[in-house]
Amino acid sequence: MATVTVSKKACSVNPLKMSQPIGGALAFMGLRGAMPLLHGSQGCTSFGLVLFTRHFKEAIPMQTTAMSEVATVLGGYDNVEQAVLNIYNRTKPEIIGICSTGVTETKGDDVDGYIKTIREKNAAVAHLPIVYVSTPDFKDAFQDGWEKTVTRIVETMVEAPKSAARRDPTKINVLPGCHLTPGDLDELRTIIEDFGLEPTFLPDLAGSLDGHIPDDFTPTTIGGVGVEEISMMGQAGWTIAIGAQMRRAAEAMEKKTGVPFRMFERLCGLEANDALMAFLTEISGRPAPMKYRRQRGQLVDAMLDGHFHIGGRKLAVGAEPDLLNEIGGLLTEIGAQLHVAVTTTQSPVLERLPTEEVLIGDLEDLENLAKAKDCDLMVTHSHGRQAASRLKIPFFRMGIPMFDRLGGGHQLMVGYRGGRDLIFDICNLLMADHEDNHEPTPDSWRDGVGPSHAATSH
Amino acid sequence: MSSLSATIQDVFNEPGCGKNANKSEAERKKGCTKQLQPGGAAGGCAFDGAKIALQPLTDVAHLVHGPIACEGNSWDNRGAKSSGSNLWRTGFTTDINETDVVFGGEKRLFKSIREIIEKYDPPAIFVYQTCVPAMIGDDIDAVCKAAREKFNKPVIPINSPGFVGPKNLGNKLAGEALLQHVIGTEEPEYTTPYDLNIIGEYNLSGELWQVKPLLDELGIRIMACISGDGKYKEVASSHRAKAAMMVCSKAMINVARKMEERYGIPFFEGSFYGIEDSSDSLREIARMLIERGAPAELMDRTEALIAREEAKAWAAIAKYKPRFEGKKVLLITGGVKSWSVVAALQEAGLELVGTSVKKSTKEDKERIKELMGQDAHMIEDMTPREMYKMLKDARADIMLSGGRSQFIALKASMPWLDINQERHHAYMGYVGMVKLVEEIDKALYNPVWAQVRKPAPWEKSGDNWQSRAMAQAEAEAAALAADPVKAEEVRRAKKICNCKSVELGVIEDAILANNLSTVEGVRDATNASGGCGACAVRIEEILAQMVSASHAIAAE
Ligand code: SF4
Repeated sequence: MATVTVSKKACSVNPLKMSQPIGGALAFMGLRGAMPLLHGSQGCTSFGLVLFTRHFKEAIPMQTTAMSEVATVLGGYDNVEQAVLNIYNRTKPEIIGICSTGVTETKGDDVDGYIKTIREKNAAVAHLPIVYVSTPDFKDAFQDGWEKTVTRIVETMVEAPKSAARRDPTKINVLPGCHLTPGDLDELRTIIEDFGLEPTFLPDLAGSLDGHIPDDFTPTTIGGVGVEEISMMGQAGWTIAIGAQMRRAAEAMEKKTGVPFRMFERLCGLEANDALMAFLTEISGRPAPMKYRRQRGQLVDAMLDGHFHIGGRKLAVGAEPDLLNEIGGLLTEIGAQLHVAVTTTQSPVLERLPTEEVLIGDLEDLENLAKAKDCDLMVTHSHGRQAASRLKIPFFRMGIPMFDRLGGGHQLMVGYRGGRDLIFDICNLLMADHEDNHEPTPDSWRDGVGPSHAATSH
Repeated sequence: MSSLSATIQDVFNEPGCGKNANKSEAERKKGCTKQLQPGGAAGGCAFDGAKIALQPLTDVAHLVHGPIACEGNSWDNRGAKSSGSNLWRTGFTTDINETDVVFGGEKRLFKSIREIIEKYDPPAIFVYQTCVPAMIGDDIDAVCKAAREKFNKPVIPINSPGFVGPKNLGNKLAGEALLQHVIGTEEPEYTTPYDLNIIGEYNLSGELWQVKPLLDELGIRIMACISGDGKYKEVASSHRAKAAMMVCSKAMINVARKMEERYGIPFFEGSFYGIEDSSDSLREIARMLIERGAPAELMDRTEALIAREEAKAWAAIAKYKPRFEGKKVLLITGGVKSWSVVAALQEAGLELVGTSVKKSTKEDKERIKELMGQDAHMIEDMTPREMYKMLKDARADIMLSGGRSQFIALKASMPWLDINQERHHAYMGYVGMVKLVEEIDKALYNPVWAQVRKPAPWEKSGDNWQSRAMAQAEAEAAALAADPVKAEEVRRAKKICNCKSVELGVIEDAILANNLSTVEGVRDATNASGGCGACAVRIEEILAQMVSASHAIAAE
């Protein structure tokens, strides 16, 4: 049972957090033919664009209403209208997703009202799906923007089934949190399909940002879940929500369509995947395929092999709540102690973390606490690399942005296989660090400093 | 805000800026506060520009006053290098919340400054204004002043909220802040006749260090680089330099010119990209220092050094010339620096099939023509598909561009090299040039291209997305060729002015109907170039073409 505290500093140093609107924009990128549009000044969009490009190493579709100083004061109707029409004419999107920013929220633009007027005035976009989400960046964080956007998509685009009889029990809705990578989504799709079920992911970043070669030069997203598919999600038998952040979206789905949901706060680690397998067996009526029985054995084996290296490790993790829960949980289950947990925003999972205290703070906090508590493994996104190198402790990258390593989009965490790979990757990092920095010498024994993890194993 | 708008006006009246000098009085007033096109653009904001310009000052704490978007999404994303302090790599932001938006964020800003001084004690703090605090009326000048007095430490306000304009305006506002609050506020420990300022160089990937050893060897001291690998004290005392070099981007021309005006430091515009440009710049530096009192023998030493370095570089490059024979390059950059890269590549024996001129001025274009010949293929705005077609049609072997268009080349299985800010290699000076050539060679001859171009086992040859896209483009072109009416329509529909959304046809009609001969006339009649003014050059070209066409008719 962890207590959650909020950093009292006036100045955030080395931010861990990213803004809410770009979290929302990323959610829209999991829709096919989509153009995310940030309602704000153009810098807000360009920063997000650069961030995602560096992380995914892909061309990123994202537009701006380009609010100038004057437009900001007068209100942004004209800019929203022009942006929608320009995007419509140039890129023929299947959907435009609009997120507000601090700039337009400070003034208080009524974007829903704008959209109504735009549709009335311009026949061409009268029926174009346009979804608006309020995501001021002086509130909340990346994960919240994602959550609000998915919830909003469910509320506005999923259609209620005409009758319960039209439900198809083999169809499964999956609402993944933003902590899952395209690689995770691919893995989940395979698992679910192996039970004879047909999943629809909302959003589906695996379809759009998994690094495949596109079919044409399209300025919008090149894959993802289609508008049509979203509207039919009300006919599924079940909804699976992954990460506590997706609870609201799942509830919205249930409220609108009656489709029941099952929450998986975690999908990384043994128990979490056992629960998934049991659930899929139950709803499909099929036993778990051999493949997964074997994979479970491999994960167990990896846990046994890995516990020698991870056992007793003092962990410092900086991540958004759901990712923190996944990785902190997995490593604690094989013997690490989560000594320092820093996160970006409130969430019910924080209290359930296997640690005493969780801090809503920044990477300076993570670094200082890790130093004070003598942590010997740091996990956070790429921005943590400076802190880890100052502390001279091994550093494992997880989360967005991961700009200084390849393959962030394919890093695997879910499924038995994901847990196994993750354990191997982290243990290999620890072993290499041991070889490079902690091989004992006569002096190190004499001075009593010893190799660091010999010290921790007492 | 009023002092900010005055500063902006001032920046737009910059006589040293070629772009501005080409504009009319009224246009200049509007300056670069152009109405950007909603839904059609995504460049950086003025805050972005200011931070890019100043962040390479390495020992300063850069504090961003605003919500998390401005710093949280962007910090630590540029590869400038430091030979000393690494404080500049630490992201500081007030990360204001809802309460601050309602009650004002000045208190939080003041406390933030105190926290930074207590924890990091930097020689100075730069405070960047962003949109939201500007809207709610936070007066960062007042807070900085109070903090300066209280803590007895330079706390410099950088007034550049994103929504006042684009990145390049931010560069200039950053320069203004330096002029107003930093330059001339301290004295150097000593001066020499060999003291040089370098302005507008950010030391990305440590590029400056490819040139610095040469200057060291000549005994020339970089008094201050504004702002690459810069230190606060150096910039504060840079007014005692004897001469200055403005690195070819015009981002900080206001700094160079005002320092000339105020402190009598003459400057020239030069470039260290390419062998000849590097030599020219070194000569110019020596000449200016001699003019201001350095002994004349400096020139002899400079010439000797140039001869030695050129010979070394040419020898290194000569190896590659046979390998580059017949190889063609497509160059897509932001534009302003195209010509200096063009020269550099030609030195290596590569053939250029096209270069982008989106942001180039008239002089830039002239220069390119000089280098590449009269029918140089200059590329204006292009869609990704056009870019790809260009790659194929011109049968270019490699594309050099900024990160944004890399995916067009890579997904088309074409070699690509980053020559913009996010590049990992430094290409400046003689060694940099050799490095660039090496990198091009590596890219061109990488066996990966043969691998990735192989069709999948299930693919019929010629049935991949690239050929489909090409076929589609060709079909469209053929349809147009067969239908002159349609072709004319398409030609006339070409957007000339993006800000005001004016098409070629409209401009042509206006010119014919009113017998126009000036850009001003065209603007009055059509509103074209009423925004950022970047299309003025294109309108001049249209005017020139139409005049020569009408002369031809008259002569018949
Ligand atoms: S446009 Fe304004 S709010 Fe957006 S990133 Fe730039 S300074 Fe920040």
